[in-house]
Formats: sequence, C-alpha cells, structure tokens
Amino acid sequence: MTMSERRDLTPAQTVGPFLAIGLLWDDGPYVVPAETAGTIEISGCLYDGDGAVLQDGLIETWQADTAGRFNHPDDPRGVTSPSPAGFRGFGRCGTDAEGRWHITTVKPAALPAPNGTVEAPHLDISVFARGLLDRVVTRLYFPDEAALNDTDPVLSTVEPARRGTLIAVGSGTGLRFDIHLQGADETVFFEV
Amino acid sequence: MIRLPSYRREPGVNPPNASPEYRSTLLRAPSRPLVVLPQGLTEITGPVFGHERIRPNDNDLTSQYAGEPIGQRLVVHGRVLDGDGRPVPETLIEVWQANAGGRYRHVVDNWPSPLDPNFGGCGRVLTDSGGRYRFTTIRPGIYPWGNHPNAWRPAHIHFSLFGRAFTQRLVTQMYFPDDPMLGRDPILLSIPDPRARQRLISTYDHETTTESWALGYEFDIVLRGSNETPFETDDDE
Repeated sequence: MTMSERRDLTPAQTVGPFLAIGLLWDDGPYVVPAETAGTIEISGCLYDGDGAVLQDGLIETWQADTAGRFNHPDDPRGVTSPSPAGFRGFGRCGTDAEGRWHITTVKPAALPAPNGTVEAPHLDISVFARGLLDRVVTRLYFPDEAALNDTDPVLSTVEPARRGTLIAVGSGTGLRFDIHLQGADETVFFEV
Repeated sequence: MIRLPSYRREPGVNPPNASPEYRSTLLRAPSRPLVVLPQGLTEITGPVFGHERIRPNDNDLTSQYAGEPIGQRLVVHGRVLDGDGRPVPETLIEVWQANAGGRYRHVVDNWPSPLDPNFGGCGRVLTDSGGRYRFTTIRPGIYPWGNHPNAWRPAHIHFSLFGRAFTQRLVTQMYFPDDPMLGRDPILLSIPDPRARQRLISTYDHETTTESWALGYEFDIVLRGSNETPFETDDDE
C-alpha cells in the first residue's frame, strides 16, 4: 500500500468585509522587531478597477532574510538562525481608510534558483479582500537591483511593459509599492 | 543544482475571481491573465507559527467574556491534510464569525441585529501532531447583505490556514448542512464544481456531540499536495 491517498482540495472563499476580526495582529507589520538596525519601511495603497482605494483589504508578505535564507525545514540548504535576530519573514497589514498598508522589514538577499540562475531580492505578496474569492499573489522587487532584476528568472517571463508594476519605488526613506487589482495600471499577478 | 519540493496545481477547484454574480468582484478581480510563478525557495517555504500565537481561551469562543454568549453551542473539529492525505501538524488556524443573530463585532457591520456582549467571534488553534484541531463556539446566524434583492448569506465560519508553505496558504469558509441559503449564495456557487462546493459543508457528528452540552460538527481541510512520488512500502509487492 502507499503511505498516502489522494484527497480533493478544499476550495478558497473570500475573506469577506470583516477580516479585521480574525486576521489583524498588533505586531503584524513587523517582519523584524521595530528596534532592528537598518530596517526599511515599505508602504503602498491598494486600488480597485475604478482607482478607488480598498479600505477592507489585507496584505501579507513573505521573504528571505538578509542572508537569503529561510528558517524552514524545506530550505534544502539547512535551517539557520534568522538574520537579523528576530527576523520573522512574514508581514501582515490591513488597509486603512486611505487604502494604505505598510510593513517594517529588511531587504532580503538574492536567492539561488534552478539551472544556476539567481532570483533577485523579492517579497512574495498575497492580497485578500472582499470581492476576491481567492487571494491574488504578486511580487515586490527592489529598485536598486537593476542588474539582478534584468536577469531574474521570474521577471523575465513578464512582458516588459508590465514589469514596472512589480518594482517598488523610492519614497522618502522607504519604498512605495501600490497594488492595482484591475485597470490600465493593473499589477502583474501570479499563479503559484 | 538544488532540488525543491513542489506543490500540485489543481485548476478548476478554486472559484474564479471574476464571478460577476458576486458583485464585489466586478471592480476587484484582476482582468489580465495570471503569470505562472515557478515554485522557488520563497514559494516552498512559509511562516511557521507556534503556541506563542495562541492566547488563553482562543480555542473556546464561548469563554472569552464574562458571561456566556447566546446561541447554539458547537464543537467544531476536523483534520488538516495535504492533497496526498498526509496530516499537516502544528499549523495555525484562525477562525472568525458572526454571532448567533448574524452580526459581526465590526464597525462596518450595521445589520440591525444586536451585538452580543459576550461574543467576540475570533479564535485560533494549532493542529496537533496528527493534523487535528478542535474549538468550541456558537452557531453563527444567517445574515442579509446587499448583493442582490433579498440576499442572505448562509451561516458560515471563516477559516485561515498557513500550511507548510506560501503555496499552501488558504482562506475559506465552513458551512452547515441543511442551510436553506446554500443553493442561493453566489459566494459558495462561485466554485464551479458542485463536488468541490460540498467539501466546504461540514458534517453533523453525533460522536462529538456532547450530552447536554454541545453539538458536534466535523470539517476536514485539504491543502495542496506535492508533486513528489508517494512513498511506497514493501506491501505493494
């Protein structure tokens, strides 16, 4: 007999308008502890197809640490202590009345990828909201990594005219990454 | 060269975001085709949360306030598995729901059914080593919404799961059998395959029903399975 049997997947449903009851954490936006040296603040707005902001969305981020590692048993390079100390890798923030979300994090290192390629530093981002029956997934790349971005194996599969939707822009001392769910400026979304 | 696990894609299970019967999708569903994301290190890993995320009484939504909430007391339990039938141990589940009258403790919910001073509507549990979870709550009410004339959402509990990897992340809703709104709900009906819809409907479980205390409902959740060849034992020969 086999050790496992196929089971049919549970389908997704929307988070609905009241996700704040269940999914917001006081420390959600802190991918690293607030007092960590060298943090960057990433913020942005979430827009619908009319350009109106979403006041009931949720952004989640996931990323490697500054050494390009994941504190996870499936990282084939082995488990290491997160860098910097207290790094969680995960960020979560609801959108506010202005549609704005933010996280406090550090820039991840580049990652090895199959066939000897290198993934440019990036964050994976999930967007949840009323009106999204399933999450949508995008990626954030860094504007000061032009060379690695140019050879990134994921960005290179995106049509050039739309790649810019995946690259954050400098904003004061931090970075800004707006997400457009629909419309002329629609962000590139991925099937994971 | 690195070798990574990968998670099967199962087209046709999840509802398409462009589901116009659910009106909120009209301006929110992306209109351009999705780009396939190869599953690299970022996608096959994910946040791992432990008991530090669980507060006292998080597994009992009926004991978070001074008094007991109004409503039919329930024990909801089940297993979290992957698509290969393997339990997903020690994974965080977050749940939230309306009170017995169908009202959420949320500032934008203005449905004129009273808030219950003894019900918050939020819980968290970790699965055990066998992927099992269990929490106590009250049955949420059916409530009206503005999607279409005389629209009422079937009673439901929202579930959020992280699984083992970013790729397995799932947010869904658990429904109850024999709810008259199940066949009228554009959110549930957005799932194209009726058999897949059925998997969101919990089962009444008399074994779990506790005498003179609570009704039992069972709800298993299956996250994406892997592309790895299943391990086979000598029993195959």
